[in-house]
Amino acid sequence: MLRSRTFLIVVPTLLVMALLPLGVGGYILGLLTLAYYYAVFAMSWDLLFGFAGEVNFGPSFLIGVGAYTAALLNHYWLWPIPPCLVAGAFAAVVAGAVLAVPALRLTGPYFGLVTLVAVLLLQNVLVLFAGITGGEIGLDLPDVLSIDDNTNYYYALAFMTVSGAILFGLSQSPVGLILQASGQDAIEAAALGFNVAKHKLAAFCISAFFSGLAGAMLIFYLGTASVGTVVDIAVGVNVIIAAVLGGRRTIIGAAVGSIFLIGAGEILRPLGQLSTFVVSAIALVVILFFPGGFMGRLLQAGGRE
Amino acid sequence: MTALLEVEGLTKRFGGLVAVKDIGFSINAGEILGLIGPNGSGKSTVMKCIMGIERPTAGQVKLQGINVAGWPTHRIARQGVGIVFQHARPLHRQTILEHIKLALLPDNLLMLATDHGVTRQAEEIAGRVGLSGVMHRLPRTLPFADLRRLELAKAIARNPKVVLVDEPFAGLTSGEVADFSALIGSFRAEGHAVLLVDHNVKSVAALVDRVLAMYLGEKVAEGTADEVMRNETVRRVYLGGKIETAARPEREGKDRTPLLDVRGLGVLYGKATALEDVSIHIGEGEFVSVVGLNGAGKTTLFNAISSLVPYSGTINWRGETLAGRTPGAIARGGIVQCPETRELFGDMSVRENLDLGGQHLPVATAATQLDWLFGLFPILKSRQGQAARTLSGGEQQMLAIARALMMQPKLLILDEPTLGLAPVILEQLSKALETLRQTTDITVLLGEQNVTFALPHADRVYVIEHSRIIWEGDPARFAEEAGAGYL
Ligand SMILES: Nc1ncnc2c1ncn2[C@@H]1O[C@H](COP(=O)(O)OP(=O)(O)OP(=O)(O)O)[C@@H](O)[C@H]1O
Ligand SMILES: [Mg+2]
Repeated sequence: MLRSRTFLIVVPTLLVMALLPLGVGGYILGLLTLAYYYAVFAMSWDLLFGFAGEVNFGPSFLIGVGAYTAALLNHYWLWPIPPCLVAGAFAAVVAGAVLAVPALRLTGPYFGLVTLVAVLLLQNVLVLFAGITGGEIGLDLPDVLSIDDNTNYYYALAFMTVSGAILFGLSQSPVGLILQASGQDAIEAAALGFNVAKHKLAAFCISAFFSGLAGAMLIFYLGTASVGTVVDIAVGVNVIIAAVLGGRRTIIGAAVGSIFLIGAGEILRPLGQLSTFVVSAIALVVILFFPGGFMGRLLQAGGRE
Repeated sequence: MTALLEVEGLTKRFGGLVAVKDIGFSINAGEILGLIGPNGSGKSTVMKCIMGIERPTAGQVKLQGINVAGWPTHRIARQGVGIVFQHARPLHRQTILEHIKLALLPDNLLMLATDHGVTRQAEEIAGRVGLSGVMHRLPRTLPFADLRRLELAKAIARNPKVVLVDEPFAGLTSGEVADFSALIGSFRAEGHAVLLVDHNVKSVAALVDRVLAMYLGEKVAEGTADEVMRNETVRRVYLGGKIETAARPEREGKDRTPLLDVRGLGVLYGKATALEDVSIHIGEGEFVSVVGLNGAGKTTLFNAISSLVPYSGTINWRGETLAGRTPGAIARGGIVQCPETRELFGDMSVRENLDLGGQHLPVATAATQLDWLFGLFPILKSRQGQAARTLSGGEQQMLAIARALMMQPKLLILDEPTLGLAPVILEQLSKALETLRQTTDITVLLGEQNVTFALPHADRVYVIEHSRIIWEGDPARFAEEAGAGYL
């Protein structure tokens, strides 16, 4: 029931998105392209928080590791894009696992703190070794995905759709159920015979894989890798806001939230500094009064009594 | 026949406290061992050590000859041990059916689709424990007994060789206890080894093959139920005496404005009626019991009085309406509720919980009150520094009652105070209530489905059934007029 409702909403929306380049200018397509990459960030984050119950305050750690691995390989060794993407994704998984194995032993808010510190560390390392990494200015890349707006748009749309389908499918599968149980009550889950650490670690690695891959794709779309676009704490905060705004535990909501966030930021741009304020205020209101987020309401309304 | 479960020299220390000391027993396939003992004697800790939730300090836990002591919980679970926790811990967002399905899943990262067999099996189990009608509901919308059923359903789903069942009967009515006994009996029939803990001595004795009694972490007796119940020490430290009905002097001033006057109370949860046209009144100094089965509406009535749920109708306190007052203001006005769910501050110590209760009292009064309460519940005195969350089930209940008394209420509302208390503590609590009655002018409203406790302490009894008051009267007349189904 939940599934069929979701399909009824998602499939037509995707169709409209696929037809957009026929009627919309390059500028808007560019924005949406960016939003679709953010959507993957947010969906990966939601798998970890919404399902495994672990708050990752540093999604941009995983994104950044993926992005910079790909960027360095492309810049210095001139690897072609596909292997750079693969390497970025795997680097994110490895870095994520190195971080998660000890961090998941901690209970309470410590996991979140560890992830937060990881971002700061990464940011510092990148700035310290500015000679290699380009520091604050960034590293420009010899290769880009495409110079055509439409092609870039379709890459991003396809990537978001496939990642979203995998993440959503996972969340609805038995493994998703085990994850939710582990997140809500680890002792109970263990008493039912589930290796909680293993499931959480797997969720973290999957989240890291998609975050890293999306980070790498994003920089090849932008043509440069810079701290401000893929590592900064603010990037992570936006990802989290997008996921919560769209609706935790829905995966799809995270994508909706991202598109909303980037769209709203753009529409309000004439307000200057004020625009960030307005967007944050909207986010606050939604979180306070509709904790389920946009999608939480839509999907769950008729799904269960 | 070889034993399925063998425990040898099991010891568990928490800092300086020895919760379990050199406990040993074995359970064969198709056998139920009862584990009894006063609150805090270490029964749940034994179970947690077997399950690997607590790591034993010393000793062996052998499953079919394999020592699993110190293994992580999930491996012990897969080795064939299942537990029914003392406190139901359902997941909030999953339906009943999903809970049962979860218990049926293997621990596999690649389980991406369930086959229909799992769903069908889950439905079958739901039917077996009597949850068919509510399979698609969320746990929070279900009555207490159904949540306990769910715990049993999960144990059945995992089909463990050894089943640990912690206080399955607590808070259940006699009819429900009979159902649960039958279900637990079916574990035995299927060749499982069962370890059963409960304070409902009669039902335990009727169900088990053997009994082991613990006191302060140590074994004090073992044998058939009869032998153990006749044991001197067990009688003294666990069973205690009978609950006596004290003579009730007529209260004066019966015709004055009642202290609490509830008229035409109605409460709706969504579309479901939780209370309908309920009217009760309580005079100053009176002890009134509200008797009713689980889900009849007792807790809702109390929550309405404390203004925790919206209601229609009027509630007057000393002639003034309570409408529009916040729960905090009502509590400060003298109506203190000790809720069924206890609502302790888990990470705070016993002492801090009590001090919070006495916060508004003058220091000297608070100190005397505390002393008096420590006299009533000595265990709390010796555990002042312990985090409330780590107390045993019964100790938590005592703390909840003590904290409510610490506030020196005018009207004390006790919702199922007997939940999880050992017989001997019931007797103490009973005496304490009697002392209160004789030495103070406190008024008590008691909600219970355990009539053997509710009747002796009542001046007047209300019976609530299906959201309505169906009987009111003297406890002496209860047995013949309304007792069917309760006694
Ligand atoms: N984590 C802990 N830290 C300190 N003390 C603990 C901890 N867990 C349990 N205890 C103490 O160990 C003793 C045994 O507790 P346990 O829960 O096994 O009692 P029980 O026999 O199950 O009692 P009840 O019948 O009340 O449920 C109690 O006094 C309890 O306060
Ligand atoms: Mg216990």
